[in-house]
Amino acid sequence: MMMVLSMAGLLAGPPTEEVNTTGLAVTDDTVTVGQLHSATGTMAISETGSIQAEQLAIDQINAMGGVLGRQIEVIKEDGASDWPTFAEKAKKLLVSDKVGTVFGCWTSASRKAVLPVFEKENGMLYYPTFYEGLEQSKNVIYTGQEATQQIIAGLDWIAEEKDAKTFYLIGSDYIWPRTSNKIARKHIENVLGGKVVGEEYYALGHTQFGSLINKIKLKKPDVIYAIVVGGSNVSFYKQLKAAGITSEKQTLLTISVTEDEVLGIGGENLVGFYSAMKYFQSLDNENNKAFVAAFKEKYGEDAVIGDVTQAAYLGPWLWKAAVEKAGSFDIDKIAEVSPDIELTTAPEGYVKIHPNHHLWSKLRIGQWGEDGQAEVLYESELIEPDPFPEGYQ
Amino acid sequence: MPLFLKTLFKTRGEAIGFIAFLVLVLVIFPLAMPVFRLNLVGKYLSFGFVAIGLVLLWGRCGVLSLGQGVFFGLGGYCMAMFLKLEASDPESTSIQSTPGIPDFMDWNQLTALPWFWEPFKSLPFTILAIFVVPAVVAFIIGWAMFRRKVGGVYFAIITQALALIMSLGIDGNQGYTGGRNGITDLRTLLGWDIRTEDAQYTLYFLCVVLLALTALAAKYIINTRLGRVLVAVRDQEDRVRFSGYDVAIVRTSVFAFAAVLSGIGGAMFVLQVGFMSPSIIGIVPSIEMVIFTAVGGRLSVMGAIIGCLIVNWGKTAFSEAYPDAWLYLMGGTFISVVMFFPNGIAGLAEKFPRIRSLIPASVTERIKGMATKKTTKTVSDGQ
Amino acid sequence: MGDYTAEELQSIFIMQGFSGLSLFSVLLLMGLGLALIFGQMGVINMAHGEFMALGAYTVYLCSNITEQFFPAFTPYYFVITILVAFVVCGLLGAFVEWLLIRHLYHRPLDTLLATWGLSLILQQTYRSIFGAREVSPRLPDWLMGSFTYGDVDIPINGVFVLGLSVIVTGSLVYFIYKSRFGLKLRSTVQNRSMSGAVGINTVKVDRLAFALGCGIAGIAGAAFTTIGSTGPDSGSRYIVDAFLVVVSGGAASLLGTVGSAFGIAQAQSILEFFLEGTKGKVATLLVIVVVLMIRPQGLFPSKVRSH
Repeated sequence: MMMVLSMAGLLAGPPTEEVNTTGLAVTDDTVTVGQLHSATGTMAISETGSIQAEQLAIDQINAMGGVLGRQIEVIKEDGASDWPTFAEKAKKLLVSDKVGTVFGCWTSASRKAVLPVFEKENGMLYYPTFYEGLEQSKNVIYTGQEATQQIIAGLDWIAEEKDAKTFYLIGSDYIWPRTSNKIARKHIENVLGGKVVGEEYYALGHTQFGSLINKIKLKKPDVIYAIVVGGSNVSFYKQLKAAGITSEKQTLLTISVTEDEVLGIGGENLVGFYSAMKYFQSLDNENNKAFVAAFKEKYGEDAVIGDVTQAAYLGPWLWKAAVEKAGSFDIDKIAEVSPDIELTTAPEGYVKIHPNHHLWSKLRIGQWGEDGQAEVLYESELIEPDPFPEGYQ
Repeated sequence: MPLFLKTLFKTRGEAIGFIAFLVLVLVIFPLAMPVFRLNLVGKYLSFGFVAIGLVLLWGRCGVLSLGQGVFFGLGGYCMAMFLKLEASDPESTSIQSTPGIPDFMDWNQLTALPWFWEPFKSLPFTILAIFVVPAVVAFIIGWAMFRRKVGGVYFAIITQALALIMSLGIDGNQGYTGGRNGITDLRTLLGWDIRTEDAQYTLYFLCVVLLALTALAAKYIINTRLGRVLVAVRDQEDRVRFSGYDVAIVRTSVFAFAAVLSGIGGAMFVLQVGFMSPSIIGIVPSIEMVIFTAVGGRLSVMGAIIGCLIVNWGKTAFSEAYPDAWLYLMGGTFISVVMFFPNGIAGLAEKFPRIRSLIPASVTERIKGMATKKTTKTVSDGQ
Repeated sequence: MGDYTAEELQSIFIMQGFSGLSLFSVLLLMGLGLALIFGQMGVINMAHGEFMALGAYTVYLCSNITEQFFPAFTPYYFVITILVAFVVCGLLGAFVEWLLIRHLYHRPLDTLLATWGLSLILQQTYRSIFGAREVSPRLPDWLMGSFTYGDVDIPINGVFVLGLSVIVTGSLVYFIYKSRFGLKLRSTVQNRSMSGAVGINTVKVDRLAFALGCGIAGIAGAAFTTIGSTGPDSGSRYIVDAFLVVVSGGAASLLGTVGSAFGIAQAQSILEFFLEGTKGKVATLLVIVVVLMIRPQGLFPSKVRSH
């Protein structure tokens, strides 16, 4: 009976006073959520995909009848690649707009800036980016991978496949590459019995890698392990290629290049190098085919989908599942029921939320081709998220 | 009016304007705004300290610094270090491998507090440092350059490079500085939770009162003999030198004073926003601080504060509604201010006398000549 | 470095020398246009980086057009595109000079602020037209390889940029010191009113000089597409380096710009080799700042200026 009525639009869902006891922006037929990304500034390059994916998921959910019979309305805020602005806008969304949840942030710095706001105002954030770990909050669901999930299985694979013993670690100079390389170094030295022959960091936006490339040539590592991000990425790979370091002579594994980055770097500069990610656009399963088709229909044939874009797409679906399981929009109830929520329709395959609010997920190794798409060579089992890994600190 | 007040306010209009401003920020804003918006106003006003410094340094003394963010950062980091240490007591950091040190140090495998963090466990030392550190740094830089008559454009470019060095240096030493993420999650000041609404009201009023006192001090300097020396250094450096003044000392002192003001602003920023990061002290934010000043009026203390309020408010409001249009508007405003209203909003008061009483501009007599006058003669443009 | 053979060390030495040269040519290209505008005209063009970005975007557009309509032409388009970038940026430069700069010649610090406003507008324009993502043109294959002799790899794109910077510098020096326009420019710089009195159209000279400087920025931007990508904010990444090159060279002399570009490039390249990443860059900047404090007039101050 309920179903018939709600289909006819006569009864929107359970009464508002039941599903919203904390004064969030929920009416009888709408629920307001926030979206907080950088539409301008240096990070806009990366965050555009996340904005699009979240919007797509919300549109699809609305087309299916919304959440608890309520259509989702979005308030978009621009963090402008500026961390104080992120904190300011997060506060506005939670305090003034009373949004039900927020999908947003990309960089660690922006997440660190908003985290105290979410904890104090008791909001909920779905954070899409793979990141360094060392964090766990009742008020955040991390839909990307934390560092150990992305790093350890990838290093194991490359050590076995390429018989690699020596590694050169390179990163952009901020916490994610540094923490990730720290985990990588421990794993290489203590578990794989290999050796790290170099480790260095360059400022974000650095464009001259000549000296670094010469050092690599001198040390002749079996594997270059690269976590370079943003505009530096393009310069780094172009200059590697120009200096004759190509996949024919050198193995390179990166955890910072997704389809989005390849668009800027150019597939021809990456041919044969490896990325370790949980998702590649070329994944061959029914969920993913539907997702890619829907994404391209909305944003054009040329649109590409990277790992973070897919993780951002999961946010609204995970939130919907949690709200429906809790039968309420209350943040405390959502946080409480979130562990063990599973999604069988995720483009990356099956995912499940761990009690530490990260996702169980697989790791895949993709090898880049000239067309900017990766061929998936390896797929791990589901990996347990472990944001505070023992023995890696 | 008593003599002292006469030194502060040249005209009755100025005094009325100042009082009107106080009423606006002390009474009207707190009554009309929810605490969240008021906290934002407090954040904007913390840039007002920098702007007042720039009025003295740039507007009055003709020295443009594109590196005020460095001093804002020094003051802010001093404050943030104290607060971070207080937030990192062994109990709340028990999950770390080394409890009792800030979380980012633990992530970077530091096992003990670095020596230069130790003194920041003391609040009196921290407050002293907020004043002294920017002053000393500015004095060393300023003395080295002004003594060799580096000025004008050269000084601007070098201070810009300093802003870059400072932000890169913080990025590159994340175990000691928190790196790009900055120092986040600051909670209490001597056990007093700075995140509550009550605390935010208190901090807002503290910020306003300090800013008002700073504004009065700046006006006092401007209207005494020292203020006239500054203008003379700007307009006729050689004659000042021939009259027996040491131009380098004058410039260095003003630079150091402006740096102290920036440092106070940085500390107030941290208290109200709750974190500090290198993104607030790099090249772009440093130039933005110059913009606030230019839009408000580089010659007028009150104008510069109002410039901070208006530009920041515009940034917040426009970026909420039209993020794309915001950059066009900001760029366009900036160009038109420079081309048509070199003395900013305060200068407009001269053109439209009716608002003169609202926005005090002690500068009216000087405006006409200003636009066409050459800036200081130094190596940069010594043709 | 005991683990390495003499041969390995030798080839690293050669390659490291070349990467210093390559950085030198990049800095030189960045600095030349600025040196002309800043050194000769006293105008501080904070939008210089955005002109470089415009040059790079021009290459990107041309590469797309070539690929779509004249695929056979792909291997050669790049050389011609550099000229296109020069013209496009020069025209925009002339327009900007007419609109903004000519009103501000007597206020050098204000040109800094106005052109910074301009740079914001240009950045947002690029973002609206080309999107927020970084783009990079598809480069002809012959540019992307390297010359190999034994252990030594010399990147072709580096050689190309080096050659280009030599040509641009040569032409500019010839232009300023040998051509008629150069004569007018130098005389305008030295004494504007006197030049006007003897019949030099100083307004035209200013506009041409500014356009020329912007055009060179365009060439620089076009050349940089071989080593990096282009985004709306790319310009701001270059601007500080470019200014430091010009300022430490002694603003008025082109020779100074060449010398300081060389010095800074070698310093940075060596420091980055022995220190790690960011520390190398910070050390380089500190060296420059200290040098400037000791020699505020730059390394090679011009001797022709007078009061």
